Amino acid sequence: MSKVKDIIQNKETIIIKGNVAAAYAAKSARVQMISAYPITPQTTVVEKLSEFVDGGLMPGTQYIRVESEHSVMASVIGASIAGTRTFTATSGQGLFYMNEMIHWAAGTRLPIVTAIASRGAAPPWNIWADFTDVINSRDTGWMSAFCATHQEIYDEILMSYKVCEDHEVLLPKFVAYGGFILSHTSKPVIIEDQDLVDQYLPPLPDEKGWPHIFIDPDRPMMHGNLIMPSGFYSEFRLKIQDTIMKAKEKIKKATKEFERLFGRNYGNGLIKEYYMDDADVGIVIYGDLALQMEQAIEDLREEGYKVGMVKLRYYRPFPTEDIIEIAKKVDVLGVMDRGTAFGSPTGGPVSGDVLASLYNTGIKTKVLPMMSGIGGREVSLEQQKDQIKILIRLKETGELPDDLIHGTLWHGKLEVK
Amino acid sequence: MSESSEWKKISKSKEERPKIQVYKNWKELPPIPISLPIEGNIGITGDWRTFRPLILAGCNKCGICWMYCPEGVIKQREDGSFIIDYTYCKGCGICAKECPTKNIEMIRESEAKDE
Repeated sequence: MSKVKDIIQNKETIIIKGNVAAAYAAKSARVQMISAYPITPQTTVVEKLSEFVDGGLMPGTQYIRVESEHSVMASVIGASIAGTRTFTATSGQGLFYMNEMIHWAAGTRLPIVTAIASRGAAPPWNIWADFTDVINSRDTGWMSAFCATHQEIYDEILMSYKVCEDHEVLLPKFVAYGGFILSHTSKPVIIEDQDLVDQYLPPLPDEKGWPHIFIDPDRPMMHGNLIMPSGFYSEFRLKIQDTIMKAKEKIKKATKEFERLFGRNYGNGLIKEYYMDDADVGIVIYGDLALQMEQAIEDLREEGYKVGMVKLRYYRPFPTEDIIEIAKKVDVLGVMDRGTAFGSPTGGPVSGDVLASLYNTGIKTKVLPMMSGIGGREVSLEQQKDQIKILIRLKETGELPDDLIHGTLWHGKLEVK
Repeated sequence: MSESSEWKKISKSKEERPKIQVYKNWKELPPIPISLPIEGNIGITGDWRTFRPLILAGCNKCGICWMYCPEGVIKQREDGSFIIDYTYCKGCGICAKECPTKNIEMIRESEAKDE
């Protein structure tokens, strides 16, 4: 790469869309290679990044145009193996199309960061906020995090490079945010001072590349060959599980350091509690729904109810230990999913994991799996207050709502009179 | 990542690193499986062969077969002539196809006389 003059970004607050915040984060992180294929509602990430690269605002960054999402991930994997900081973005069907390569990225332990403007799975076509797309990639070895605000998209992508490129971690990560609700609405976002971002992030990989994989004619190697069942295949899979679980501590550390440098708090990194200390009814919620739920909790507090919420920030690794501690605090815990896991014990991905986390702990807390906002269905503040009131009723009377479907409350179903 | 620093030797130059990596258990393994290029890494691939390439007497030592062989099993002798290592030759036939003077013949293994 030729030497080009550096661009100095000073700290400033600008009003931008969530997708543009993701593009700015990639720019602040000085990513060296981008490949992305446009798909609604992610398209404006691609547009903004190509604008940055074309306009000379990302010196030294290669932008590779390809014909599909499968090739996007393949080219990003190639660039990452060569020892570069890489970025891409996709959503919904694009992520599904990428799926084979998603496994390759994790199996090769590449610190690729991918923004996901989440949308519902087709058919029927749906392009609105629903986390089923990122949840579909749950078991690939990628870490995944949900964002609730525009600022969090920018911040989370920066924190992702810190965690993923840690030599003790070396895993890829999804940063998911609700399509349209965050991707296409505008809010003020603080773009950080370039020097401070450089100070926070690890240095870009040098020409020797990552410690475990590189492309170097003087040090030839082969990766991706066949391992027989009698070989170490099982043990290499075990290493991914061991690493992603140990990454929880790295996430907490990176979040703490982020707060020290930039002054924005994201709880312990894995979860963020809101009014939970003296609450006896709580709700676990994630993504954009969590933002409005803060208001619902405040309103109900004013009415005298001891309610609180937990914003789930990470889905993989799942914050099992934190969920156990949360459940100990309350008598009733609701879990709100905006995404489906058909045929699972609850039908919702996170509620199933919360129940699994509490099994064998002896905790008597009642857990109510809930669903709302599927396929981008609007969830009003009043509806969210109603959801909490259902939990309060469960605590006070011990009675489950009578319209549970296979044990789960599907809130806000259409009824035509 | 790994309890052993043994695997870090893979990042050294070709001359400095070990020919064979030895790991006792999952904790000692590197993050990903890596194989280093050594002769016969994937076993005695000559076993796969159905047709055997034979270099005939009319060979003009041009070296095109040596250049095209995807497995690097054609070697040059001191007198400039070429010899095929049948321990690893998989019998793909690319050398016979590319030979400009048609001096490489593919014969069935069952009909070949072992030398």
